[in-house]
Amino acid sequence: MEKVLILGGGTGGTLCANRLRRMFSPEELSITVVDENDDHLYQPGLLFVPFGAGAVKDITRPRGEQLRSEIGFVREGVERVETKDNQVHLSDGRVLDYDVLVVATGTVLAPEETDGLSGPGWMEKVFTFYTPEGATALAAALDSFAGGRIVVNIVDLPIKCPVAPLEFSFLADAFFQERGLRDRVDITYVTPLDGPFTKPVCARVLNGMFAGRHINFVGEFNTASVDGEAGTLTSYDGREVPFDLAVVIPVHSGAPYVNVSPGLGDELGFIPTDIHTLQSLAAPNVFALGDAAAVPTSKAGSVAHFEGEVLVENIRHFLAGEPLSSSYDGHTNCFIETGFAKAMLIDFNYETEPVTGHYPSTVGLPLLKESRANHLGKLMFENMYWHSLLPGRDLPGVTSAMPTSGKHLADAIRKE
Amino acid sequence: MTTQTLAGVDVELNEEGFLVKPEQWTEGMAVELARKEGIDPLTDRHWQVVRFMRDEYFAKGTGPTVRVLGKTSGVTVKELYELFPKGPAKIAARIAGIPKPKGCI
Ligand SMILES: Cc1cc2nc3c(=O)[nH]c(=O)nc-3n(C[C@H](O)[C@H](O)[C@H](O)COP(=O)(O)OP(=O)(O)OC[C@H]3O[C@@H](n4cnc5c(N)ncnc54)[C@H](O)[C@@H]3O)c2cc1C
Repeated sequence: MEKVLILGGGTGGTLCANRLRRMFSPEELSITVVDENDDHLYQPGLLFVPFGAGAVKDITRPRGEQLRSEIGFVREGVERVETKDNQVHLSDGRVLDYDVLVVATGTVLAPEETDGLSGPGWMEKVFTFYTPEGATALAAALDSFAGGRIVVNIVDLPIKCPVAPLEFSFLADAFFQERGLRDRVDITYVTPLDGPFTKPVCARVLNGMFAGRHINFVGEFNTASVDGEAGTLTSYDGREVPFDLAVVIPVHSGAPYVNVSPGLGDELGFIPTDIHTLQSLAAPNVFALGDAAAVPTSKAGSVAHFEGEVLVENIRHFLAGEPLSSSYDGHTNCFIETGFAKAMLIDFNYETEPVTGHYPSTVGLPLLKESRANHLGKLMFENMYWHSLLPGRDLPGVTSAMPTSGKHLADAIRKE
Repeated sequence: MTTQTLAGVDVELNEEGFLVKPEQWTEGMAVELARKEGIDPLTDRHWQVVRFMRDEYFAKGTGPTVRVLGKTSGVTVKELYELFPKGPAKIAARIAGIPKPKGCI
């Protein structure tokens, strides 16, 4: 019997395992998931924790319970992959063989790569909401914040869910307005990009939203160091931004084992893959999805979901010796919380930038426009995550390929 | 798009001043492109980065980001900013005659 080994039991690994299990009987295919811990965290929920709207324990569930029966679960760290031997070495010394390997080990945050970031003041005056500990510590700090300068800083890209820092800024604006403190709180968004988003139509809308909310914008700022004691961010070109409280998104790398696995990853530990078939460039029987894959789209749960649908089809083709005919188009779908129970929705792919219109078709949720319906969509998504997305059920109206019928594509500047 | 004469050759530059055809690039053009960025002369260290950018571009289809440059070019991020104060990846790419490195989304 052939063996599929899936590294990482997060969003991508879990949904892939469950989809494969439905596709193949246990007599046809053995499926095993490896993860170093048993806490499956609904990461989008971290956004609300700093504002006291939810606790980490409420968004965490046991990993094994998210996997269908007759999927093996090995709770151990991956130490190294030897693609030439089709073997994975685990931290406890065990060696697992595979016929097909799926790399879904996501990313790790690397605050230590930025001078001073994890030094004095870290988790006291300098926080990140990208980890459960950080989001929880930040909640206490925001609750007692009576006024001063808050900076939201992206050190460098890529990061998971690149819209989350925008959402954080909008929610912070609303949070302090609701507390009657907004006139005493200065919010500054500091990014290496030249606008709040890389794509022009969306960037224009977001610029207007920053101005309307009096959120200051500092662009093309490449953070060289963070001084928690003095309260300053310094860029490589010598600019300084002072703060009383900093919310920093540290740089992201692939899982550390990637760097010691010959030929598997790139300089940052991500897995170079064919951007459409998701087959790794390291070996034909190795695939990657989700945050771990080096493909030119956002690192987002929606991406892991859409990629997963394509990936399991291509694994089926691979096992049958057929050409990998299933193709991922770069489809990404993100809700952007904008405060006061509203949200925007953006939907795009490798070719088409986010535009206005409706999703999934001419009737549906408004795109690039604040609405209550989108906010409800974002909140409902948590339930769908546990009950539809992870089990690998198709979501009503949601397809892997990006829909175009509801979009005002004439607005878009197509990629040359 | 504009046409300009660089090192005696007519070349096309896009709106952001990047060479449209990286194959047309010559070392002489690099010197003139650098001068426009206020970098004169191009030192050995500059050349190390510029050549590295070109090699990476032709091997991978896109120029590296600053973080990757810092890890792989043999020049630290700090020094990269000393060499190209206005943004190493972007400015070195412009001087190297390759497209602007694709930012991430
Ligand atoms: C604050 C925040 C908000 C977000 N909001 C959204 C949103 O609104 N919408 C959206 O679509 N996405 C959002 N995301 C992103 C989304 O959560 C991720 O993109 C998604 O979870 C990626 O799935 P993945 O399977 O690639 O990685 P993960 O789900 O992170 O799973 C990786 C797994 O690999 C395991 N692992 C790592 N290294 C090893 C090792 N050496 N050995 C064994 N196991 C290992 C980890 O334990 C983990 O379980 C958000 C993320 C954050 C941080």
